[in-house]
Amino acid sequence: MAEWIIVYGIIPFAKIAVIVLVLSGAVAYMTLLERKVIAHIQVRLGPMRVGWHGLLQPIADGLKFILKEDIVPARADKLLFTLAPAISLVPAFVVFAVIPFGPPGMMEDLLRWVLSPFLDAAAVESIATHSAASGGFVTDINIALLFVLSISSVGILGIILGGWASNSKYPLLGALRSSAQMISYEVALGFSVIGVLLVTQSLSLVQIVENQREAEVWYIFYQPLAFILFFICGMAETNRLPFDLPEAETELVGGFHTEYSGFRFSLFFIAEYAAMVTVSAVAVTLFLGGWLRPFPNVEWLSFLDLIPPLLWFVIKVFLLLYVFIWIRGTLPRYRFDQLMGYGWKLFLPLALANVIVTAGVVLALM
Amino acid sequence: MDLNYAALLPEILLAVAGILLMLAIPVLPSRQQVRLGYAASLALAAALVTALLQWGDHGPAFFGMVSMDALGGAARILFLVSSAAVALISVSYLKRERLRHGEYFPLLLMATVGMSLMAVSADLIMTFLGLEILSISSYVLAGYRRGDPRSNESALKYFLLGAFSTAFMLYGIALLYGAAGSTKYAGIAEAATQGQAETATFLLGLGLLLVGFGFKAALAPLHVWTPDVYQGAPVPITAHLAVGSKAAVLITLLRLLHQVFPASADQWQTLLWIASAATMIIGNVAALTQTDVKRLLAYSSIAHAGYILLGVIANSPRGAQGVLFYLAAYSLMTLGAFAVVQVFARREERFTKLEDFRGIGYRHPLLSVSLTIFLLSLIGIPPTAGFYGKLFLFSAAVEADLVALVILAVLASAVGLYYYLQLIVLMFMKEAASPPEPVPVPLAARIVILLMAAGTLYLGVYPAQVLSIAGEAAGL
Amino acid sequence: METYLFYALALILVTFSILTVTARNPVRSAVYLVSALLAVAGFFFLLEAEFVGAVQVLVYVGGIMVLFLFVIMLVSIEALDRQPKVSRQWRTGVVLAVVLCLELSLLIFRGTVSLEEGLAEPGIITTTETMNTEAVGTVLYSTYLLPFEIASVLLLVAIVGAVVLAKKEI
Repeated sequence: MAEWIIVYGIIPFAKIAVIVLVLSGAVAYMTLLERKVIAHIQVRLGPMRVGWHGLLQPIADGLKFILKEDIVPARADKLLFTLAPAISLVPAFVVFAVIPFGPPGMMEDLLRWVLSPFLDAAAVESIATHSAASGGFVTDINIALLFVLSISSVGILGIILGGWASNSKYPLLGALRSSAQMISYEVALGFSVIGVLLVTQSLSLVQIVENQREAEVWYIFYQPLAFILFFICGMAETNRLPFDLPEAETELVGGFHTEYSGFRFSLFFIAEYAAMVTVSAVAVTLFLGGWLRPFPNVEWLSFLDLIPPLLWFVIKVFLLLYVFIWIRGTLPRYRFDQLMGYGWKLFLPLALANVIVTAGVVLALM
Repeated sequence: MDLNYAALLPEILLAVAGILLMLAIPVLPSRQQVRLGYAASLALAAALVTALLQWGDHGPAFFGMVSMDALGGAARILFLVSSAAVALISVSYLKRERLRHGEYFPLLLMATVGMSLMAVSADLIMTFLGLEILSISSYVLAGYRRGDPRSNESALKYFLLGAFSTAFMLYGIALLYGAAGSTKYAGIAEAATQGQAETATFLLGLGLLLVGFGFKAALAPLHVWTPDVYQGAPVPITAHLAVGSKAAVLITLLRLLHQVFPASADQWQTLLWIASAATMIIGNVAALTQTDVKRLLAYSSIAHAGYILLGVIANSPRGAQGVLFYLAAYSLMTLGAFAVVQVFARREERFTKLEDFRGIGYRHPLLSVSLTIFLLSLIGIPPTAGFYGKLFLFSAAVEADLVALVILAVLASAVGLYYYLQLIVLMFMKEAASPPEPVPVPLAARIVILLMAAGTLYLGVYPAQVLSIAGEAAGL
Repeated sequence: METYLFYALALILVTFSILTVTARNPVRSAVYLVSALLAVAGFFFLLEAEFVGAVQVLVYVGGIMVLFLFVIMLVSIEALDRQPKVSRQWRTGVVLAVVLCLELSLLIFRGTVSLEEGLAEPGIITTTETMNTEAVGTVLYSTYLLPFEIASVLLLVAIVGAVVLAKKEI
C-alpha cells in the first residue's frame, strides 16, 4: 500500500513541485540575467543594489509584485480577466511534463538515491522499476512532440482573452495582433518540426534524443534550416523581440497586459519566460542532442562525459536563452505587416521546402 | 486492393481542369475571360467522353472507397450533361450581367466532381465529402451576384440551413458507424442483415441521414429554403441546383436505400411515404400562387422530387429504373426551361415575372415554343419525356402496391396542369402589355435550348433506349 | 476507472456545450466551446487515440478557436447587448425540439436492442500502444487515401468560395 501511495501519489506530486519550483526560480533569474546582459550590451551596469551585483533583485521584484495593488478595470469581464493569466501560465508549465532532462535511467537512479535511506532495498527496487518507464524526467509519451505543440498553442488563448477582457483599446489591439501572429507562425513552426520527424521517425522526445545518440550526430547538422526556422518562429510564438508586437510598449502602452497589475501581471510575465524556456528546451531536444555531450561520436572528447547529462541539458538551454536575450538587445522591432509578410511569404515556404527536400532525401536513403 | 486510378478519370480530369482554369485567371486578359467558360465546357465534354467510354466498367477502386457500376456510370453521365448545359448557358449570362468568369467555372467543375463522386461512392465518408464539395460550391455560386441583395440572401439562407442539415447527416453517419462498425456501404448492409438493423442506434443513424438528404433534395417539410434560394441565385445556378444537385442527392439516396438499407425498408418507406405525399401536395399547391417564373419552377422542382420519391419507395429495380428515367427526362426539361428563362430575363434578371411572358408567343417563337415543350413535358403530356417518366414511375409504384400514393400523385399532377398551362396561355393567348423589346439569344444558349427540346421530344417518342440504359443501371 | 472518467468527461462536455449556446456574450461562448473541445480531446485520449486527441487540441483549440476569437473580438459588445437574447421564434423552436426528442425516444424504445448493446465491436484500427501515429498515417495513406485527397478539393473550394464572397474587389 505504501508503495502504491509513493508510486502514484508522492512521486508525481514531487515531480510537479520540483518542476514548478525550479521553473519559477529559473524564470526569476532569467529576468535578472536579461537585465544584466542587456545592460552590458548597452554599456550599463544593470541592477547592482539588491545583493551582490543585484543577485537578490528577482526576489525583491517578486515581493513587489505580490504586494502591489491588484486592479481590475471597472468595465472588464471579471471572470475572463481573472482566468486569462492562469490560461496563459498553466500550459507553459504543463509542457515540461514531457521534456526529457536526462537519459532514461536517470530518474531510476535518482529515486534509488533519494529513497534508500527511508525504505528497504526490495521496496526501493520495485518503486524504481515502476518509474523506469517514465524516461527522462516526468514522463515519456509516444506523442510528446505533438503534445508540446498542442498544449503550448492553448497558451495563446490566455493572451487573447486577457486583452479582450480588459475592455480597453490597447490591450484589444495587442490581443488582435497576438492572435494573428501566433496563428501565422505556428504553421511555420509546425512544419519546421516535421523535418526532424522525418529524420528520426518518432514523436517521443526521449526517442528523438536516443536516435541522435545512435546516429552519433545532433540533428542540427541534418536540419540546420529547420533549426533556424524553429528558433525564429519560437521567438515569435513567445512574443519576444523582434516579434513583440502584441506588447510593443512604444505603440500599445503595454499591449495585451496594459490593464494588468500586481500578481496577475507577474503571471503573464512568468508565462512568457516559461514559454521561452520551453522553446529552448524543445529546440535543444530536437536539434542539439538533448542531454548528450557535444560530438557524441568523437572518442577523444570523452572527458566531456565528466559533466553529467542533466548539466549538459541545462547548459544548452541556458545558451539558447542567452541568444534570446542577445537578439532582444541588438535587433529593432519589425512592423506588423513585415512580420506577417515574413511569416507567410518567407518562413512558411522555406519550412515547406525543407520538408519536401528532407522527405526526398529520407526516401532516397531508405 | 488496387488503386485503379482510371476509375476516377472523369473526376480527376475535372478537378485538374478546375485548377488549371483558376491558374489561367490572372494570365488571361480580361476581354478573353469568356474563353474560360468554353474551356470549362470542353473539360466537361472530355469528362463526358471518358465517362461514356467507361460505361460497363465494374468493380471497386481506391481501396473500396468508390465502386464502379452501371448506376454510378449512368448517374455520372447525367451529371456531366447537366453541368455542361449549365456551363453553356452561363457563358452568355456572366457576360451579360458583367460578372467575373474567373472563379465561376472552377467552382462549377468542382461541384460536378462532388456530384460525380457521390454517384460512384461506396463509403459514407466519400459520399459525405462529395456532398460537401457540391454544397459548398453551390453556396458560393448561389451568391455569385454579389451586388444583388437577393443573391446574398439566397447564399446565406442556403449556407446556414445547409450547414445545419450537414450536421444532422454527419451525426447520422457517426451513429451508423457506431452501429455497424464500418462506413462502407457493404459493411453497413452486412451489419444490417445481421440484426443491427433493429437497433436504436442504427435506426437513429438512418433517420438523421434521411433528414440530411431530405434537406438537400428539398423534400417537404425540409423544402422551405428552396424558393428563396432558387429565386435569388443566378439563373444558370438555379438550373444547377434544381437539376444536377437534386439528381445527385436523389440518386445517392436511391442507392443507399436500395442497396444499403433494404433491411430497414419498413421504417424508411413509412417516412418517405409521408415526405413524398407532403412534397407533392405542397410543391404543386404553393406553385399555384407564384407570380415569378423562377419561384414557380422552384416549387415545380419540389413537386417533381415528390414524384421521384415514388420510385424510391417502391424499393424495386423497376422503381429504380423509373427514378433514373424520370431524372433524365426531368433534367432535360428543367434545364431547357431555365435556359429559356435565362435568355428571356435579360440584364439584371428584370423579366422573370409571369406577366413579362404575356404575349411573347409569336414575337419570340424559338423561346416560346421550346418553353411550351418543356412545360408540356413537366405536366406529363405525350409526346414528351415527362409523360413516359410519370408512366414508368407510377406503374412501378402500382406494382409495389403504392396505389394510394399514386392516386395522390396523379391528383397533384392535375393541380400542376393549372399553373403550367397558365404560363402557356399567357404566352400565346394574351396581348403583350408593353412594346416589344428585342431578346438576344446567344449561340450557346440557343444550342442548349434546341438540344434540350430535341431531347425532351426524343424521350417522348422513343423512350426505349434510355429506358433500357436506366434498366441496366437499376440492375434489371 | 475508464467508465468514471467517461462520465466525468461527458458531464463536462454537456455542461459546457449547453453553456456555449446559452451564454449571452459570444466571447464567453467561445471560451465554453474551448472547454467542450478539450473534453472531446479527453475522450480521444480515453480511447487511446492520442494522436487524434493531440491534433484535436492543436487544431481546434490552438487554431480554429483563436481565429473565432479574432473575429468575435471585432464585434462590439454594446451592439450585442441590445440584441434580444432569444429569437422571437423560440416557441416554434421549443415545439420542434420536443417533437424531435419524442421521435428520437420513440426510435430508441422501438429498437429491439438497447442503445448500449447495439454498438458494433470497437477496434477497427487495431494498434499497439506505440504505433498510434504510425497507424493513423498508414490508414490515411492507404484505405482512406481518396477521402484524404478529396478533402483537399473540399478545402480548395471553400477557400475559393470565401475569397469570391468576401473580397471587396476581385
